[in-house]
Amino acid sequence: MEYVIEMLNITKEFPGIKANDNVTVQLKSGEVHALLGENGAGKSTLMSILFGLYQPDQGSIKIKGKEVKINNPNDANKYAIGMVHQHFKLVHNFTVLENIILGAEDTKNGFLHKGRARKKVLELSKLYNLNINPDAYISDITVGMQQRVEILKMLYRDNDILIFDEPTAVLTPQEIHELLNIMKNLIKEGKSIIFITHKLNEIKEIADRCTILRKGKYIDTVDVKTCSKETLSRKMVGRDVDFVINKGEQVLGETILKVENLSYLPKHSTKPVLDAVSFEVKKGEIVCIAGIEGNGQSELVYSLAGMMPITDGKVMLHDEDITHSSIRDRNLLGMAHIPEDRHKHGLVLDYTLEENLALKNYFTKENQKQGFLNFKTINERAKTLTDTFDIRSGQGAKTIVRTMSGGNQQKAIIAREVSNDADVIIAVQPTRGLDVGAIEFIHNQLVAQRNMGNAVLLVSLELDEVMNVSDRILVMYEGKIVADLSPKEITVEELGLYMSGSKRGKGYEK
Amino acid sequence: MRNREAVKSILSSLIAIAFGLLFGFIIIFIVNPNQAFRAFSILIQGGFYRGLRSIGQMLYLAIPIMMTGLSVAFAFKCGLFNIGTPGQYIVGAFAAICVAINVDIIPYSILWIICLIAGGLAGALWGIIPGMLKAYKNVNVVISCIMMNYIGMLLVIEGVQRFVYNPMGAESFAVPVNKAIPKAGLDKIFAGSSVNIGIFIAIGLCVLAYIIMNKTTFGYELKACGYNSEASRYAGMSEKKCIILSMGIAGFFSGIGGAIVYMSGTGATIGTAEVLAIEGFNGIPVALLGFNNPLGVIASSIFIAHINLGGNFMQSVDIAIEIIDIIVASIIYFSSFTLYIKLYLDRRRSKRELIATQGGEE
Repeated sequence: MEYVIEMLNITKEFPGIKANDNVTVQLKSGEVHALLGENGAGKSTLMSILFGLYQPDQGSIKIKGKEVKINNPNDANKYAIGMVHQHFKLVHNFTVLENIILGAEDTKNGFLHKGRARKKVLELSKLYNLNINPDAYISDITVGMQQRVEILKMLYRDNDILIFDEPTAVLTPQEIHELLNIMKNLIKEGKSIIFITHKLNEIKEIADRCTILRKGKYIDTVDVKTCSKETLSRKMVGRDVDFVINKGEQVLGETILKVENLSYLPKHSTKPVLDAVSFEVKKGEIVCIAGIEGNGQSELVYSLAGMMPITDGKVMLHDEDITHSSIRDRNLLGMAHIPEDRHKHGLVLDYTLEENLALKNYFTKENQKQGFLNFKTINERAKTLTDTFDIRSGQGAKTIVRTMSGGNQQKAIIAREVSNDADVIIAVQPTRGLDVGAIEFIHNQLVAQRNMGNAVLLVSLELDEVMNVSDRILVMYEGKIVADLSPKEITVEELGLYMSGSKRGKGYEK
Repeated sequence: MRNREAVKSILSSLIAIAFGLLFGFIIIFIVNPNQAFRAFSILIQGGFYRGLRSIGQMLYLAIPIMMTGLSVAFAFKCGLFNIGTPGQYIVGAFAAICVAINVDIIPYSILWIICLIAGGLAGALWGIIPGMLKAYKNVNVVISCIMMNYIGMLLVIEGVQRFVYNPMGAESFAVPVNKAIPKAGLDKIFAGSSVNIGIFIAIGLCVLAYIIMNKTTFGYELKACGYNSEASRYAGMSEKKCIILSMGIAGFFSGIGGAIVYMSGTGATIGTAEVLAIEGFNGIPVALLGFNNPLGVIASSIFIAHINLGGNFMQSVDIAIEIIDIIVASIIYFSSFTLYIKLYLDRRRSKRELIATQGGEE
């Protein structure tokens, strides 16, 4: 079998760390080759070497058996290597077509010549079943669509080797399904794919072979069909990972969070984003809000947390009406919030770890005296939290959070929120973009909170998470709660029906 | 991490200054090749050229730009670009003169303190207005600050004509020496210069600002808001409070700067020509060069005063005053490249480090 790309014995060292240590990856023609590893395992470094962004210290790259040197991304393009980055590289106020041809424009006497490009793009989109409108502006299309534009960019440049860097992290379950189909089409047309991910389900569904990296080291290359998910994750993490969470006995307490007829109608709009949402959360339960992205979950959380005004309705916490309370008051009353966007809301990236851990209690008696911060207690608390929550960082509590890995940033947020003696913890997609080890850790933390008698309101798009972690599932569809389900009594397929609006639960009929 | 950051900041400021000086030397060389080395040496000696007298003068010249620089730096920590310093500076100066000229019932030993506070409060008002517009109506601070500059300048001209007008020179009265800020022996040490204890007040305010920013809960909120206003809101802080207060405090600093200068007993007067106070704008390069750090501002303002003074002394080797202005301006201009140089230093380091530690992250 011929290899289209071989990266042989690649070693790349940065000051203080071996990012890649004797790593070998061989990509066969026409296969989907998954690259699996935890955050910081060296996947991105390896792909950056292949893409010409770094030079390896040792080792060689062969393309179709011939040794080559890739000095920059242009070289990579010359060898027909293309990459879809996790964060798309698109110009938002350009159209789809303009973005696709950007950097490879057809010109005639210095003038843009889009006719031929348009034809080629339309042909490609038909061939690969990538429906797009070439004249739509990027800012107007969905994330899934934007990803298609990125794929078309590679195809337009006649790339045969396609690298997908965690392509599903930003997609909804439906979009993931479509993407995997697109990838199958690409293979059918003779492309080869390197698929960077840490979602085992996707690897099982689409990949032929899988190379596993751990802490920069090459662990193994396995045939996906003959390898179980458990084996894959063990190889990735270096230990056994529980997929089924043992939650322990549930002790239900009194109602602690009560939402009545919560509604939100945006200005200049006639369609409510939240439509008379009512539910209760009791002590000692994990209630999961399931739904396809954009059905009002984010707005529901923002209005519960006090970050967005509501049009109508009532929110009660501990029998107190907090509908119009400030964010600070809600926090002090016992509401913790693990936000959806950890960079936008959850952290001040240029602050140190200890400063971020104090973000919600810097004003308490222990942490300040007459307006002056008590750095000693802040630092001590940070040290305790980094130990208990295993937050890893370069310079301990003094690390600038921006330089920490995503998993550890998320752990820091969770440590902060959970340690503030909250009774209700609102967690929005707390495991998004994290690896199996970190996900397991976070799930355990949420379950521990439940077992301590606190209430957890979990918003998730991951069906596995919804089914495994929750005690009760509320399904949201078009701003309404359409079902109140028990995860023990339904299947994932049924849940999908509720989420897509084709079924409604008892008591929630139209 | 923080220490390394500080070293990098200082290093990049020094590199920027070196580039500026090199550029200045090139201009001098083009203008006057024969005397270039001598002129350049005078420029570099700057405030030290005439010994203690010129050192005193250098400190005196540093006061206004130290205060406006501090003003810009302070607002910047909250993510706001306070370009309203010329307005805040001049209304502060006017308020101080007004009180000094028209109030006679208070003993002169404390009158100057009241004048400075009046100047500070007037400046604070001029800062708070754009702050409130930003906080409540999301009006761009730069635009409202520029408006406030002109409103302030024109109102001050009107006010001068009404309350403290000296028709002889078509300008305000000067604050008489007996009402001025005391010198406390500085006139003995730095004989022949205009320096007074205003320099200690200015440095003291810089230290105070440093303490507010780095040691207090308010500073913590302020910086959080500047770095990431969304996150500070999420954490329950009041973004409005941060914006209004930081603009008010920034305006206070500029206003006090204006007050000190016109309360120095040097005979300085506010004219009725329609020009914005240059000391206000000069705060911007001071803040940039000082890395928006209050302590850095002390050093950078003294440096810029030093170079300005050196420029003045260069007249002795037959370099036209306009050329000197160009040279000094280009040194200051180059100094503003500190950020760019720091970015370059960062990039060189982070390219190696960040990727290594973050690895396959996001």
